[in-house]
Amino acid sequence: MTIELSDRVKAVPPSGIRRFFEIAEERDEVISLGVGEPDFSTPWAARDAAIASLERGKTSYTANRGTRELREAIADYAADRFELDYDPGEEIIVTAGASEAVDLAFRAFVDPGDTVAIAQPSYISYEPGVIFAGGEVLSVPTREEDEFRLTVDALEAAGADEADLLVLCYPNNPTGAIMREEDLEPIAAFAREHDLTVLSDEIYAELTYDGEHASIATLEGMRERTIVFNGFSKAHAMTGLRLGYALGPAGAIAAMNKIHQYTMLSAPTTAQHAALEALESCENDVREMVDQYDRRRRFVLSRFREIGMDVFEAKGAFYCFPEVPDGWTAEEFAEGVLREQGVAAVPGDVFGAGGEEHLRISYATGLEDLREALARIEAFVEERA
Amino acid sequence: MSEREVLELLRENARYATSDIARMTDLEEREVEAAIEELEAAGVVRGYQAVVDWDELEDERVRAEVELNVRLDRETGYGDIAERLARFPEVKALRLVSGDYDFDMEVEGDSIREVSQFISEKVAPVPEITQTVTHYVMTSYKENGIELGDGDEDDRLSFSP
Ligand SMILES: Cc1ncc(COP(=O)(O)O)c(C=O)c1O
Repeated sequence: MTIELSDRVKAVPPSGIRRFFEIAEERDEVISLGVGEPDFSTPWAARDAAIASLERGKTSYTANRGTRELREAIADYAADRFELDYDPGEEIIVTAGASEAVDLAFRAFVDPGDTVAIAQPSYISYEPGVIFAGGEVLSVPTREEDEFRLTVDALEAAGADEADLLVLCYPNNPTGAIMREEDLEPIAAFAREHDLTVLSDEIYAELTYDGEHASIATLEGMRERTIVFNGFSKAHAMTGLRLGYALGPAGAIAAMNKIHQYTMLSAPTTAQHAALEALESCENDVREMVDQYDRRRRFVLSRFREIGMDVFEAKGAFYCFPEVPDGWTAEEFAEGVLREQGVAAVPGDVFGAGGEEHLRISYATGLEDLREALARIEAFVEERA
Repeated sequence: MSEREVLELLRENARYATSDIARMTDLEEREVEAAIEELEAAGVVRGYQAVVDWDELEDERVRAEVELNVRLDRETGYGDIAERLARFPEVKALRLVSGDYDFDMEVEGDSIREVSQFISEKVAPVPEITQTVTHYVMTSYKENGIELGDGDEDDRLSFSP
């Protein structure tokens, strides 16, 4: 007998990067630029706080929404850094990673048959998340000519006026694109006009290299229809601690909490102690890491230009998104550099419409490795020229 | 001008190619070259050295941190004593410090005997020096901002979201 799988699970194809992962595993000395997580470790102060909390035996569940102290610290941080004012009592929920928060939102706001518009290329988990929730995905491709920013034209062309929700991810994984306030204004107007709920994943907000991050939730009339996601994985190098959060109107957060309290009960307690410390005393660690990423970003962009590959001027996150040379598909190129040169990069099409013909290069990797990886890519391109 | 950034990068790795530094700072290569020349000429950059983990080498190398206490008289200042000590090639670093003792001195030699002899025969007899306390270095974990010993293996997945 085999267990009959649900149609929702069957509807989601296997991950597009699994095949590459298998090739990478069987080859020696692969330099991976396929990693979407920091190469830094969690700042020591945060690690210490986690250890101290364990020593003091703080190993029980916390309040469903997270400890009061952490929610207050998140409220202060969001207000100071991004002008996002939320009440720690009712408008914030702490989750096991931003991933859980995004999933809660899909399950809380999507009814079977509802349409969720996703600005793509984009983080790979949104689409499956929508399908698991019973919704339908409407892909809204963004284009390099628009600097991979979402435009109202793109929304209209895709028919997003009929959608129920809109998912944004800026700074963007995989393109490194950012949206400034003036880019967000027309999107906000569109959302208001067509009554869209906006899910704004801002987990890379700190990693903005040119100016300050802007959140769509701060624009007029948007607070009541937006959920903002953030977390500690990226800027605080805490991926393995699994801690994120969502900010939104009380009713929406209560609905997400309803699911959270039955599925997760509460986010990891040890991680909540680490996160509190991260917010209270690790600002300098964050700044230092951001400086490092910025240097690597400039290095990588400049090298791609030198190699003669068109590359989009990424201004956020820790990815850049070069175009593969003519005559290649992203998949062929990625497989070629991996097999022949031992450099792992992710083909852009796994991130959805608009990502074809690109590679996602993560520079969350030491400079020595980046230099070597780019030399190998250069050799690969030259051999084929 | 990102002089500071150039300095930070040189301190991270003095052997970065100027072209790499230029890429990382968005400067022209010749601007980087000029900045480095200027920093050298102004005496901000005093030299370039390798950071060595002697434990990885078979040859013995002995190092000691020496605390020195001095008594000054009307004729002699800290600077005079420092000048005298700094001249010895065995002395790798010398700093006037606040706290329980006056000078903090790093000494290097080929054997414990050699280092001990140097301290007892060359340093201790300096008339103003009233006390020396020698700490031999047993293991070094970090030098010049660089961690020594086995580096952490990167155990991240080769692909991740
Ligand atoms: C855009 C985006 N959102 C969310 C996540 C997952 O974050 P977390 O570790 O907080 O679940 C990632 C991780 O790659 C991401 O790129």
